[in-house]
Amino acid sequence: MPAGTLYRGREGMWSWVAHRVTGVLIFFFLFAHVLDTALVRVSPQDYDTVIETYKNPIVNLMEYGLTAAILFHALNGLRVVAVDFWSKGAKYQKQLLWSVVGVWVVLMAGAFYPILQHTLRTWFGG
Amino acid sequence: MAIENSDTLVVPAAQAHTGQGLGTGNPADAFVVEPARARTKRTPRRTRTNFEMLAWLFMRLSGVVLVFLILGHLLIMLVLDGGVSKIGFAFVAGRWASPFWQGWDLLMLWLAMLHGANGMRTVINDYAEKDSTRLWLKTLMGAAAVFTVLLGTLVIFTFDPNI
Repeated sequence: MPAGTLYRGREGMWSWVAHRVTGVLIFFFLFAHVLDTALVRVSPQDYDTVIETYKNPIVNLMEYGLTAAILFHALNGLRVVAVDFWSKGAKYQKQLLWSVVGVWVVLMAGAFYPILQHTLRTWFGG
Repeated sequence: MAIENSDTLVVPAAQAHTGQGLGTGNPADAFVVEPARARTKRTPRRTRTNFEMLAWLFMRLSGVVLVFLILGHLLIMLVLDGGVSKIGFAFVAGRWASPFWQGWDLLMLWLAMLHGANGMRTVINDYAEKDSTRLWLKTLMGAAAVFTVLLGTLVIFTFDPNI
């Protein structure tokens, strides 16, 4: 294990780890997403064929996972900005993290049906 | 630490005999040592850049903008109006008929790619211990990022709904 991989291990370190992991995941998705979108320059049929993959139930679930990663990275990123630029940010970094987690849980619960509605409708009708 | 001794001119030991500066006849003048990093006329004006500070600042500024751009993108694409069901060539053509959404997507592409590439640079620097491994990983990642951002830009600018 590279030196310095574990540091104290509490909220500060684990939010940093989660920020890195979600960041790397989002970065790799970005490559795939620009490439699939580039198919609009090939033909409407090719684009639509590849976009059908996004409507597969498993991929639809992965979109919910991608949203989870992006939402955490976004909210925790705002927390990092607060820690760096707000005079009391460092003092309240733990409270800020638990606020991030709270907002994330609420938004992810709210996003469950809207994002997965394609799959849920296919399976259960409506 | 800078030597701020008002009007005393500190000269290198080798010049102590010239009568300049501390050359007061005091034998100790011969032992005046020039600071190791003293600037001379040949020292470049800037010996280092603010690249890392600017990168740090860019991550925060672009991050705040990306929160709005990407969460808006997710809301439109995955949440509103039937979620992912509606997405297809016709939907893209409808959106990119408007310069507003073209501009939105272009800015999102550039900021996300630069933000992501700089983040990956940090991660590679942290975990790749060999100099050559670090260089190769960053070169590959950078080349992929440049290619992808140019491809995406080309697609946005040359999009033809009647293809």
